[in-house]
Amino acid sequence: MLAEQAQTTAHLVSFSRSGDGTLLIRIAGAWRLRHGMPTASAVAGEFAPPSPPRRVAFEASGLTRWDSSLVNFVNQVNQLCHERSIEIDLSGLPAGLQRLVKLAEAMPEKKEARAPERRAGWIERIGIATIGLNQSAGEFFGFLGEIAVAFVSMARGKARYRGSDLIEIIQQCGANALGIVTLISYLVGTIVAFMGAVQLQRFGAGIYVADLVAIGIIREMGAMMTGIIMAGRTGAAFAAQLGTMKVTQEIDALTTMGVSPIEFLVLPRVIALVLMMPLLCLYADFVGVLGGASVSVGMLGISFHAYVRQSAHAVTLTDLAGGLLKATVYGGLVAYAGCLRGFQCGGSSASVGIAATEAVVTGIVMIVVACGIFAVVFHVLDL
Amino acid sequence: MGAGIKTNHTEGAAQEESGRPPRVHIEVRNLTMAYGDFVVMRDLNFTVRHGDVFIIMGGSGCGKSTLMHHMIALKEPASGEVLYDGISITRAPADEREVMRRRFGVTYQSGALWTSMTLAENVGLPLAEFTDLNPGEIREIASLKLALVGLKGFEDFYPSQISGGMQKRAGLARAIALDPEVLFFDEPSSGLDPITSSLLDDLLLELRDSLGATIVVVSHELASIFRIGNDSILLDAESRTMIARGDPRELLAHSSDPRVIRFLTRGRSAAKSEKSYG
Repeated sequence: MLAEQAQTTAHLVSFSRSGDGTLLIRIAGAWRLRHGMPTASAVAGEFAPPSPPRRVAFEASGLTRWDSSLVNFVNQVNQLCHERSIEIDLSGLPAGLQRLVKLAEAMPEKKEARAPERRAGWIERIGIATIGLNQSAGEFFGFLGEIAVAFVSMARGKARYRGSDLIEIIQQCGANALGIVTLISYLVGTIVAFMGAVQLQRFGAGIYVADLVAIGIIREMGAMMTGIIMAGRTGAAFAAQLGTMKVTQEIDALTTMGVSPIEFLVLPRVIALVLMMPLLCLYADFVGVLGGASVSVGMLGISFHAYVRQSAHAVTLTDLAGGLLKATVYGGLVAYAGCLRGFQCGGSSASVGIAATEAVVTGIVMIVVACGIFAVVFHVLDL
Repeated sequence: MGAGIKTNHTEGAAQEESGRPPRVHIEVRNLTMAYGDFVVMRDLNFTVRHGDVFIIMGGSGCGKSTLMHHMIALKEPASGEVLYDGISITRAPADEREVMRRRFGVTYQSGALWTSMTLAENVGLPLAEFTDLNPGEIREIASLKLALVGLKGFEDFYPSQISGGMQKRAGLARAIALDPEVLFFDEPSSGLDPITSSLLDDLLLELRDSLGATIVVVSHELASIFRIGNDSILLDAESRTMIARGDPRELLAHSSDPRVIRFLTRGRSAAKSEKSYG
């Protein structure tokens, strides 16, 4: 390809020498950026010993069209001449081209601007990672502390946030989430019931599908599925909203006005999700059990009435309360992850996307870890 | 595109020698812009000649940037059309419109650099998309363009690592990557200090003179308007149409419309302002 390009661009440049040591570079034809360009490497060959030129001049009478490809070529020749202290005469070139070469030359390179490229050794990398981990942990717990302080402020009636914002966020993460919660919960209920039915039917214990679905959904799956949905939906939205506000300096504007961004922005989001999650979980439990019922009625021939009675018999109030408690905690964790990542967002639009992704990942990881802790605690307490 | 530069250059010189006026490059014909039922501007008629620095003037919120968006066919007009060398971009099919847009370089108020890319990658992207250059050559041209706007050495920096003025200049470097025939510049002076703003004006004039490009600038910065503009229109939010057309200095000296004088003198009297701007 390079050879082909060299062939197609060879007719654009030619060289000749005069007796006074001048290298005359003849520029001809149409110089088109779109179709490749000659490089200054050919000129470098002319500069090589034993007879480097004392002066370089251009002749462009055969030039029909030019663009940046020619500017780049002349600029490179110019740099080569400067490096080798060879006199260069640009007067044979079009006036506009001369001006552009001078313009590129006029702005000195900011050498200190180039970022140093040094690869750290493995010990250094471990050290950097450890320091980074330490900083992340500090930010994580620091943010938790700031939220705790904001809640104390709220308890004392001194927190500043707008009630209308709280209502709007409650609507966004409550009523507006019903559609997706319905779909996922119903499907999870049917999947659990179907898997149970295939196994239990073989032992003539099809009716126990109701127990499986009710206990599974109400104790564990309802809260977890709702938490994961909200992490993907609302947690990411919180991070994106706050991240964008960080990029556009809206958070700085709040701070400089003496309004705590934690109270004004984080508090309503945490309250809204903590309030809405148990309600959404309760709704998800109901829809999940309905999903299980539809499989049992359709596939096992169990009556709807018998299914409901069996489900009510299987589940205790403790199961329901445990599920709702988990949902409340998951809501707090998702809101926390979303707000934390939003506040940690960098100054560019790309970092908003990163913040949203990190909010989802952090939220889900925290939910799973909390789920494990709940399992152990409930077992110890014999609940 | 490259052909355009040389063509413009030689054509302009030939026209100058022969005393012919420069050819019309852009024509805005009976253009009405609207958002739904709300008419922003109506019945706009004007032409921009090859090699002009044409200023779209007007108060804040009157529709200057909207007009620019219509001129680059980012927005559909309610009626009317915009023509480049006699060819309507408004009525062109989508693929043809794409090809026509490659003749434009556009810089936006905020720079609109892609934040996930370095400056060299920002400038190199159009070169990678629309030329046969290899990565090394793309890098060379990107460095050259950045050097032209005074950002030599900043190739590997991300937009978030440079100042607002530098972002504007990097945006200009990206806009001239493909040697455009027409350069659109939305509010070049906004957010810049007077010295940086003046340097950017110089740079625009230098690029116009050397590249031979036609430059359309959206601005309400009077110092910049009088310095670089050789033709202009003034949009009026109240009457929702253009109320003046011509060289800004000529308008200041000869216009009898009080709205024009008020705009061009920041509300002061014409006599005073003539002294100020000479």
